[in-house]
Amino acid sequence: MIVCENVAKRFTLHNQGGAVLPVLSGASLRVAPGECVALTGASGVGKSTLMRMIHGNYLTEGGRITVGGVDVSGADPRTVLRLRRERLGYVSQFLRVVPRVPARDVVAEPLLAVGWVRDAALARAEALLARLNLPRALWDLGPSTFSGGEQQRVNIARGFAHDYPALLLDEPTASLDAANRAVVLDMIREAKARGAAILGIFHDATARDAVCDRCVDMGAFRPQPA
Amino acid sequence: MNMHATPTPDTPLLSVRGLTRTYGARIGCADVSFDLWPGEVMGIVGESGSGKSTLLSCMAGHLVPDTGEVLFDMGGTLRDTLTLSEPDRRRLGRTDWAFVHQHARDGLRMGVSAGGNVGERLMAVGARHYGDIRARAADWLDRVEIAADRMDDRPTAFSGGMQQRLQIARNLVTGPRLVFMDEPTGGLDVSVQARLLDLLRGLVREMGLSAIIVTHDLAVVRLLADRLMVMKDGRVVEQGLTDQVLDDPQHGYTQLLVSSVLQV
Amino acid sequence: MTDYNFAYLDEQTKRMIRRAILKALAIPGYQVPFASREMPMPYGWGTGGVQVMAATLVPEDTLKVIDQGADDTTNAVSIRSFFERTAGVAVTEATAEATVIQTRHRIPETPLTEGQILVYQVPIPEPLRFLEPRETETRKMHALEEYGLMHVKLYEDIARHGTIATAYAYPVKVEGRYVMDPSPIPKFDNPKLDSAAIQLFGAGREQRIYALPPHTRVVSLDFEDHPFDPSRADHPCALCGATDSYLDEVITDDAGTRMFLCSDTDYCAGRQAAGHMGAAQAGAA
Repeated sequence: MIVCENVAKRFTLHNQGGAVLPVLSGASLRVAPGECVALTGASGVGKSTLMRMIHGNYLTEGGRITVGGVDVSGADPRTVLRLRRERLGYVSQFLRVVPRVPARDVVAEPLLAVGWVRDAALARAEALLARLNLPRALWDLGPSTFSGGEQQRVNIARGFAHDYPALLLDEPTASLDAANRAVVLDMIREAKARGAAILGIFHDATARDAVCDRCVDMGAFRPQPA
Repeated sequence: MNMHATPTPDTPLLSVRGLTRTYGARIGCADVSFDLWPGEVMGIVGESGSGKSTLLSCMAGHLVPDTGEVLFDMGGTLRDTLTLSEPDRRRLGRTDWAFVHQHARDGLRMGVSAGGNVGERLMAVGARHYGDIRARAADWLDRVEIAADRMDDRPTAFSGGMQQRLQIARNLVTGPRLVFMDEPTGGLDVSVQARLLDLLRGLVREMGLSAIIVTHDLAVVRLLADRLMVMKDGRVVEQGLTDQVLDDPQHGYTQLLVSSVLQV
Repeated sequence: MTDYNFAYLDEQTKRMIRRAILKALAIPGYQVPFASREMPMPYGWGTGGVQVMAATLVPEDTLKVIDQGADDTTNAVSIRSFFERTAGVAVTEATAEATVIQTRHRIPETPLTEGQILVYQVPIPEPLRFLEPRETETRKMHALEEYGLMHVKLYEDIARHGTIATAYAYPVKVEGRYVMDPSPIPKFDNPKLDSAAIQLFGAGREQRIYALPPHTRVVSLDFEDHPFDPSRADHPCALCGATDSYLDEVITDDAGTRMFLCSDTDYCAGRQAAGHMGAAQAGAA
């Protein structure tokens, strides 16, 4: 479902004398439907960078990335937008939303984007928020004032609202308590069971071991100094 | 069943090709080309004088470009709006196209009531039943969160945010397919901006609108635009997915623009 | 009076105005620009109507001038005497006898016939003026038949007053094409715009002439659910008892006693001469 072949990335900082920072080279991996794969490696090794490249958030410089057969690395914005809307979910570490939009609407938005009627989308959003133990009193409030853990749960609910065939999870259990971590791990298992291909970053080894089928060590994709 | 099919059309709604406008020796905008697809929102950013407003004016037909084409999907075929007759172009301007001005007073009739402002576009396309016009105006005022009892007030009695929402209602009442927006949140308080952004997002999604938004506010495009075009000295220096351009800018100017924004 | 050319204006000027009139008749409701001349009267006293009149009159004409329906008001009297002196034409107060009638603010009650010409004095010829102040824009709106704005005005009326409150200068559409300001006549007179006579409209200050040829289709603008209503005061004339004429409300004493009288003095006098009697006459008798 998710395929990276010989992927490379470097950043060129034009305003700092054109400094070039190589981040990845020769990165290759595959995630099959129903499989959960963890990216591992020290901080700064490029785990989040690769996730962002798969999501189309970072441009791919060399190699090829496909999701469900769609070439992300060479796609025009319209193709990536459609992919994100229908097939590729992403739970980032940060929640970026229009201020003051109620949490419930934030979660329902991906469903509305694929054509759900409003009532059904809101009902599903509420079910997810309830499952993640977000206090009902917060549902009508904008998440920008929430605590880190609360924001993270809104973010997860939003990422799991639509049944994407492919999912990217960047530290989904960070800043969650044990009970909520268990809920998230259950949700990941359910997604696998319905056939989703999941690629994740988990610093929490217990969580990783609980849901991941295998690990890919990003250290192997360090660019060699010229 | 909760879902309905979302077909992906294979012609763009708007296709801009080689649009150039100069002011004597000075470049307004040069050789701008892009396709806009149904339902897409595109942001155009750049600092003052970068040519983004000139470009918007040329696309919307307010300014005649020196060269280039502005092709619009009219009944399945792309037609160059620059070569349309003036009646046809003006008709487009009150049916399929809409233009939201930065200053609401440029886009509203300040001496006409809120209801009359919204109703004007309906009457312009032939509505002649007062009760129907009024009902539709009331529905739109409600959608932009203007209380029903303000319907017969003139916009001069409205706050800046309300005026802007009224302008949006006035523009969207005839169900346009493409909306041009020039700094739609400029000059509004931050809290009012947020409400307007949310409103616009909802309308864009519900109506399947396409929009082109000119702004210098990167936060606005991040929240509203699917795609982003960065302009400098009249030229497009970078374009792509909004979050990609903002998070992984390739051009030096874009990197500078992004790094100049205060993070909150 | 050999010091003046016939009807005051020189022949070249009259020719220029006649060309404008012919063009206006050819395009009913369209405002034709013309080079308005200085007249020996202030703007707003009917300089447009007077110039059109001067270009229209021939020595055989019989002239009638009314102001607000009356032949005996200052404006009517001075314009009538102006043409008596400068053109030497016959004058009358009887609508049926006149060949040319100059009017301000009314159309005579007696139906006009073929061969008659009605000349209106027009203060502001542009019906869209108060909604769209830019002349460049209003001309474009006329050219492209973009008249939605005209209905905005009527919409505003209903929204504010519950009914179309425009009582005079009520906009009309001419032959399904141009929207026209019929000059400040009461809307009661609008149905009479559909007439057998030639109707010419002259705006001196604004330098515009427009026209309705005989039997032109003139429709008052309205909404489907608020149709045009040529209302009149719900009284008979106190002098002649007419129930079909436009009435002036006259306050007759300090206690505020009112009387409703025909605004068309010739019509009223004619009815009285024929033996019709209103409440005031009956009381006196």
